[in-house]
Amino acid sequence: MGHVISDLSKYVITVFMMLYTLECFVAVATKKEHERGGVYIRQIICMFMVHFLGFAAICLETEDVSYIIFYGFQQILLFATIALFRVAYPEADKLVINNMCMLLTISFIMLTRISYQKSIRQFIIVTVSLIIGLFVPFLVSKLKFLKHLTWIYGMVGVFALLVVAILGSVTHGSKISYTINGFTFQPSEFVKILFVFFIAGLLTESKSLGQVVISAVAAAAHVIILVFSKDLGSAVIFFAGYLIMVFVATKNYFYLFAGILGGAGASVVAYHMFSHVRTRVIAFLHPWSNINDSGYQITQSLFAIGTGGWFGLGIDQGDPTSIPYVEQDFIFSAVAEEMGVIFGLCLILVCVSCFIVFMKIAMQLKEEFYRYIAVGLSTIYIFQVFLTIGGGTRFIPLTGVTLPLVSYGGSSVLTTIIMFSIIQGLYCIQSQEGKRNVRKERRRTAEQEAGEE
Amino acid sequence: MFGKKDEELQSRKQEKNRKKKERVRNREIVIVTCFFSLLMLAVMGNIVHFMVKDSEEAINNAYNPRQELLATRNIRGNIYSADGEVLAQTVKAADGTEVRNYPYQNMFAHVVGYATKGRTGIEATENMNMLNSHASITNKIQNELNEEKNYGDNVITTLDTALQQTAYTALGVYQGAVIVTEPSTGKVLAMVSKPDFDPNQISEIWDDLVNDSESSVLLNRATQGLYPPGSTFKMITALEYYREHGGDVSGYSFSCNGSFSYEGHKIRCYHGQSHGSVDFTKSFAKSCNSSFANIGVQLSIPDLQKTCRQLLFNSDLKTELVYKQSSFTLSEYDTSYAVMQTAIGQGQTTVTPLELNLITAAIANKGKAMTPYVVDRIESATGATVKKTSPQTEAVMMTEDEAYFMTGLMKEVVESGTASKLKGLSYTAAGKTGSAEFSENKSDSHAWFTGFAPAEDPQICVTIIVESAGSGGDYAVPIARRIFDTYFGTND
Repeated sequence: MGHVISDLSKYVITVFMMLYTLECFVAVATKKEHERGGVYIRQIICMFMVHFLGFAAICLETEDVSYIIFYGFQQILLFATIALFRVAYPEADKLVINNMCMLLTISFIMLTRISYQKSIRQFIIVTVSLIIGLFVPFLVSKLKFLKHLTWIYGMVGVFALLVVAILGSVTHGSKISYTINGFTFQPSEFVKILFVFFIAGLLTESKSLGQVVISAVAAAAHVIILVFSKDLGSAVIFFAGYLIMVFVATKNYFYLFAGILGGAGASVVAYHMFSHVRTRVIAFLHPWSNINDSGYQITQSLFAIGTGGWFGLGIDQGDPTSIPYVEQDFIFSAVAEEMGVIFGLCLILVCVSCFIVFMKIAMQLKEEFYRYIAVGLSTIYIFQVFLTIGGGTRFIPLTGVTLPLVSYGGSSVLTTIIMFSIIQGLYCIQSQEGKRNVRKERRRTAEQEAGEE
Repeated sequence: MFGKKDEELQSRKQEKNRKKKERVRNREIVIVTCFFSLLMLAVMGNIVHFMVKDSEEAINNAYNPRQELLATRNIRGNIYSADGEVLAQTVKAADGTEVRNYPYQNMFAHVVGYATKGRTGIEATENMNMLNSHASITNKIQNELNEEKNYGDNVITTLDTALQQTAYTALGVYQGAVIVTEPSTGKVLAMVSKPDFDPNQISEIWDDLVNDSESSVLLNRATQGLYPPGSTFKMITALEYYREHGGDVSGYSFSCNGSFSYEGHKIRCYHGQSHGSVDFTKSFAKSCNSSFANIGVQLSIPDLQKTCRQLLFNSDLKTELVYKQSSFTLSEYDTSYAVMQTAIGQGQTTVTPLELNLITAAIANKGKAMTPYVVDRIESATGATVKKTSPQTEAVMMTEDEAYFMTGLMKEVVESGTASKLKGLSYTAAGKTGSAEFSENKSDSHAWFTGFAPAEDPQICVTIIVESAGSGGDYAVPIARRIFDTYFGTND
């Protein structure tokens, strides 16, 4: 019976995901917050249904009811997150909160299906991250001195990356993690945030050629350390974030094109210098003729997506674990395999809607420092989504990065939740200021009118 | 009152200015937002493209572990002929294991293939479809409750058991291949390759088959066997000559005394026969080597290369069948002897029966070759169509006029030439014979025939090769006649 219900539930899950995605764009297109009204509630219902059906399918497939308890805890966490954020920050963008929870929901379903143990670990980390994240907007809006720590961000960032490059342990051929007391950190994740603050600080100080050169050297230092740690994905993400921040700050197309050219040149050099770069390019170009070695991952990923088809094989009915490192680098392929390609496409659109909202927030921010941070963080976010999904679907070569919020990995999920929260914090600052301005304006006109009389 | 209006205007102007400023301030952010959104749309487009275009072929790969997963849930579907006969089915053995059974044993061995010890034929190309189940949901619930597997989807082929039977029997003990198609659609009606094997016994005979490198039993000669085309290549030589002479060959004449010498090289007619004075049509009908060697040396080689490319030599085909590329390698730097040899189909040129059939079918179908296919549709176990193959054009090989001209030549081959064993029947056939020499020992030759019927409204197209038998007229044409007879119901 389990098979049949799981078989049917995939269609219903797809429908709810499509409705959810549709509401995302309704919300993005509706300018005034108060006109969005029902959108958020409908989204929460869709989210609840996807979550419920996902776990129902898992329970029926495995015939193990112990998952229900785990499901209960997740349910509590998600509702608590939505409620607490709304209470603590009434000005915060509710679409971003919903999207964050939806992506976490998908993550919970998929990770539980792939590995119960890992999903429990991830659940604990997510819980801690959300608690931290709850304080971040408050801290961002209160700690005004954050603007003045520019070089500290830079130095701490470079230092953290250097420590890993020299002392870090090797995972899958890359030196990217560092273990303290049994906890494995991946500093390049956290340094992303420091890096954005650093560059934003530099560009707020001045946009002169000299300052851009200084920032370029500093950015290059980050990227080069990452390349030598063989963490190519992060290196590319840092580079893209930097380039876009400089472009937005200086409004200078020359820097943009020079940066793109420089990036292209650096890629060619990297291709000739590092054999692991060549391996990935070859696997991208000729996956089928290297199916046994370098092309193994990408072909398994394509098998997963292709076999799943538009509606998926059904939760727990596919074979996602045949893809090496599926829970980290190929979580999208696993989602597409079992929940369907349509669901996967909706997932991409949800990520895009997050990005658009972030950029809209950036546009409203008047203070440069905050603007640049918002632009930097959103670029890093969407570019990482691009790298991991594009890599797993053979649109670009594989770079081995996680899908934010959905993939397994503590550092990644904590960093992403903090990133989301920072942007929420910036938005709160803006709307508080806006309100204050409105109040001031009102007072002024009232005084004027009084004076006239 | 006046002042208030002015003020309003002022504030509206201010508002406008503010908005404009904001727009200027945000232009770069808008650009970046659009860029990344479009980039993500491109990623989505790529996924959709993969799903629509490549995924089906990709997931059928033996490295895809999901095939075994599906096999644990669904019973592999059956393969049927167009007339509803079972060509392959899954049956439960006494010990409860599933066994693949082929009721026709050797007869469909190559085209249907086998599914243990690797996969070939339809068993390979339709593997994923047969493992999938589109059974109705009530059906699935019932199976689930009874703890039974679902029935996988069935493959309905275009193959006709009567034609296959005739072709198989007619080829007899000879090695060789027969391929029968429908020119207007590309449907493969029969496909035989010999030597053959019994797919039911594949596990038992596997070691023998693999170790026997000489007769290559597993090779599907109809699509993968590369042979010298022999005189059948004269179709191409003739077409090229017709093209180069602006569609008028009435001026051509040749006096054949059994051989033709050019730049110190000699080409002989089959068995040294002398054909006397021949025009173009008669040269073709009698398959006069001397005359065609004479035609060959007058041709523009670059143009001949172009024609061969258009006829899909050295090119990939769209068909799902596993095939080998036919090869045409003559260049303008080759000797005149090589040119003469090539013109009569001896040189370096190699063709598969499939390729020759494709060219013949194009002549029969007003110049348009249709992509050959053997799978007509996929049906669920309960008979609902899951997908259906629609005919598609492989290539336009020649103009309608050229096809008409070629048909005339090929009719004459039956009427007064080497395929006269097809003359005087209730239908008019058209075709070309060939006797391809493949070794120094001149008495050995492969017998070819490729042709179609009825000539005025072609319905079936037949290509036959009988290895080491002798002349095409004596050994291949009678097989064609038996196939035509079966098709038109004029047996005995």
